[in-house]
Amino acid sequence: MSSIPASPIENETHITSYPKFIGRSLWLATEGSFAFYAWMTALTAVFLVGANAWANQVAGGMIGTNMTDQVSWGLYIANFTFMVGLAAGGVMMVIPAYLYHDRKMHDVVIIGELLAIAAIAMCLMFVMADLGRPDRFWHMVPGIGKFNWPISMLTWDVIVLNGYLLINMHICGYLLYMRFLGRKPNPVWYVPFVMLSIVWAISIHTVTAFLYCGLGGRPFWNTALLAPRFLASAFVSGPAFIIVAMIFIKKLTGVGGLDQPIGTLTKIIRVTILINLLMVASELFTEFYTGGSHVSAAKYLFFGLHGKTALVPWTWTAIAMNLIAALLFLWPGVLMFKWRPVLVTACVMAFVGAWIEKGMGLIVPGFIPSTLHEIVEYVPSQLEWKVTVGIWAFGLMIFTIAIKTALPTLKRTDFIDNQD
Amino acid sequence: MTNHPSLPIIENFSRRAAVKGAFATLGAGAFVAAISPLRQAAKNTTAAEFMQQHYTELSPEQKDEVIARLEAETKEKYGADVTIGDDRPIPGTKFVYAINLSVCNGNGKCVEACHQENNHDRATNQSYIRVLEMPKGTMDMEQGSTTYSGVVPKDDKFYLPVQCQQCDEPPCVDVCPVKATWKEEDGIVVVDYNWCIGCRYCEAACPYHARRFNWKEPEVPAKEVNPDQSYLSNRIRPVGVVEKCTYCLHRTRRGKLPACLEACPTGARVFGNILDKDSNIRWILQNKRVYILKEELGTKPAFFYYFD
Repeated sequence: MSSIPASPIENETHITSYPKFIGRSLWLATEGSFAFYAWMTALTAVFLVGANAWANQVAGGMIGTNMTDQVSWGLYIANFTFMVGLAAGGVMMVIPAYLYHDRKMHDVVIIGELLAIAAIAMCLMFVMADLGRPDRFWHMVPGIGKFNWPISMLTWDVIVLNGYLLINMHICGYLLYMRFLGRKPNPVWYVPFVMLSIVWAISIHTVTAFLYCGLGGRPFWNTALLAPRFLASAFVSGPAFIIVAMIFIKKLTGVGGLDQPIGTLTKIIRVTILINLLMVASELFTEFYTGGSHVSAAKYLFFGLHGKTALVPWTWTAIAMNLIAALLFLWPGVLMFKWRPVLVTACVMAFVGAWIEKGMGLIVPGFIPSTLHEIVEYVPSQLEWKVTVGIWAFGLMIFTIAIKTALPTLKRTDFIDNQD
Repeated sequence: MTNHPSLPIIENFSRRAAVKGAFATLGAGAFVAAISPLRQAAKNTTAAEFMQQHYTELSPEQKDEVIARLEAETKEKYGADVTIGDDRPIPGTKFVYAINLSVCNGNGKCVEACHQENNHDRATNQSYIRVLEMPKGTMDMEQGSTTYSGVVPKDDKFYLPVQCQQCDEPPCVDVCPVKATWKEEDGIVVVDYNWCIGCRYCEAACPYHARRFNWKEPEVPAKEVNPDQSYLSNRIRPVGVVEKCTYCLHRTRRGKLPACLEACPTGARVFGNILDKDSNIRWILQNKRVYILKEELGTKPAFFYYFD
């Protein structure tokens, strides 16, 4: 019988204690029940299928996708856009915790920050998957490559996404390390970064919207409402994911103190989901009442154009899910413990609705009709689905491992409680 | 609170560590197997190609090396002997194109000529030019069709060929994250095919559908390869990068006319140096009522259309 040293010796330096912390975290993250191992094995298997599909795509060229010169971005960029929103959505825990001093939220805010890390990792993977020449990735690295900053919005996106990843890794890493050392976290070392992360979260999704809305040749995207819409739907999908994750964490690990944060997030979604719907309605009114060639992409999306209707089922599914989710969220019972299944249903619907609306429902119609008004439809290929599901599996692995590493912190909430 | 968080005592630590290590090894092995197709891709990229610097930063000697390498690769892959030039803009030149839509009859010879001249992939029948068949009485592209067939010209139609407009304010150049595409002094927007990372942002930004992506490695039979090539234009492109019309700079910078113009049987196409006061193109721009596509976008094309 043996055990890992529970606590480092007092006069130890960070040089020796930090590797121990990493080792300890890795060990903890790989300890679990049979169900945990089954879950991780399943995710690994799915991830490997995706990795294999991606390798085939790189080897054989992107002809393996169903993208064309007319619809030159598809499922990957759709998921990328959605994932940026998910990463930004975590800030809806940070704001109540740090700006409104919601103590219960403060205790578990690390869940939102860890979600941001996993989601950004997925964003970067989706961008890599979309590159025709991933081997030339270094051309984008400032210093050794040629970075077209500040003109190209994509370079801004590279900066804000990587910055957001680093900020969140610093915050989570610092808090967990202090917990490992058994010391009180020093607010000087993380609170300024938390404040920065709030602004930064808004920026990642704004910049991502600017990627699209700055293109004059794409009327469907060329709207000032895009960035606010992105943020509103991010503040639906992010909290929706976190609520479901918290319900699972509570069930599986017995972490307490989650019910009040779940209630707070539910109340946030009640507002954001309506704001999002209002903006969608405003967009659609402007499009359809004005008419003209501006509206052809929206017509294609909602009703089909010249007999081509590939996106119509997608978009009406999204509209239906968003509306039903909004009604469920507005119903007072959704806050009651006995109606938890309803809350989960509402969250899943809002999440899927946002995924379609922002992904297939936003990226693809930007290309249909094409700039020469050709109507070339797009349905993702099997290879694209494999890569996409593989990246999702990898993201869930990161999130699971991160939550497992943070469990001691989450279970002993009194620890962070004492901080400010 | 305590300073020493209690941690669980783990039974059989070494056995568990061994089991975990075994599973980690298994996972890593499976991952290597899953991405093994990458080995094939890696074979196609030499170290010299991987390390190659941006076109504008290559010294003359480095350019010679790169071009020699590309010529050897074309020989090896396509079995064709080609000469790749490095054609630079001629000082005092600004190339401009114009098409007389009263004359164009939609025969599509320009599309075909572009396909052959620029060593496009045969299987996908790629070309930098698309021709829209438009009903007379409208300028709305939505009414047009790029997939028309039958005998041309049809009485109630006119024909609108569209290719890269070589904009003075090119949105495609602005959006490129790695400066793989830029506008040269004679107005031609070029791509360094060995620097492009294939993100296709330029394809999304272009309002004229002027850019093409190499979804697969181009296939051209050896005897059909056009051997007169240039680094920034019609050399056979690598897979996974974006390409575009270069006003045939491998011809025009050597004093010849673009292939699409030479192939046009109607004489609808006029090409020249707008800075040359005696040029045809200058006379047309001064005397015809010319218009440009999507003027409201502010892209300032160097490509004009007119009716007689």
